[in-house]
Amino acid sequence: MDDGKVFKALADSSRRSLLDRLCDENGQTLGQLCEAMDMTRQSVTQHLALLEGANLISTTRRGREKLHFINPVPLHDVYERWIRKFETARLSLLHDLKEQLERKDE
Amino acid sequence: MTDKSASFIYVTFIRTTPEKVFEAITKPDVTRRYWGHENVSEDWQPGSAWQHVRANDARTVDLVGTVLESDPPRRLVINWANESQQSDPDQYSRVTFDIAQQDDLVKLTVTHDELQPGSGMLNGISKGWPHVLSSLKSYLETGEGLGL
Repeated sequence: MDDGKVFKALADSSRRSLLDRLCDENGQTLGQLCEAMDMTRQSVTQHLALLEGANLISTTRRGREKLHFINPVPLHDVYERWIRKFETARLSLLHDLKEQLERKDE
Repeated sequence: MTDKSASFIYVTFIRTTPEKVFEAITKPDVTRRYWGHENVSEDWQPGSAWQHVRANDARTVDLVGTVLESDPPRRLVINWANESQQSDPDQYSRVTFDIAQQDDLVKLTVTHDELQPGSGMLNGISKGWPHVLSSLKSYLETGEGLGL
């Protein structure tokens, strides 16, 4: 799965908001999500399709209902690829900064 | 009745074969490479026990459960509970691995359900699975798992 799709899917506040809503309550129907989003069914459907194409949500059928689940795995892949490797350096910079500032207070 | 309504679905696409994914879930010497644990069962047949054992000298058993369904390399269904809670049926949740070839990728879907809302297990797995699956993907595609 390419990272480009993940970043593109995240580059929209409505889609991020949909992910937030699924994070709060996983496994919602299209109807529930439309109600929460104050958007037309058609646009929510389009956003959900884009999120699913980026593998950020997955769906399953329960009877006649389609349930939407947040899938954080690609976000974790992005975290491993783009954040974690910089973290060590960043934390040590913060550490140095804190030490320097505290020294000035003395 | 205990509320066991919480569930999660995790999906990852891996450039590999279904056989390798199935093996990565069920072979102790492979699971330890990306999970830090070994998944151990005598035969992975329905009704057989399995254990999730820390891959260190202490060999602590963290999870125990039963194999519910096995259809290699397409599907494996197991249940699990913390080792310390193994006598309480309410503490068991269910994990389904569905493995499907999709063009040149394998789609691995992990469905974890029958979880108690607000439980420690729910909290633990919602942090744990994304890392385990990223690490599995990394291991199968590059030969290296991610650090735990």
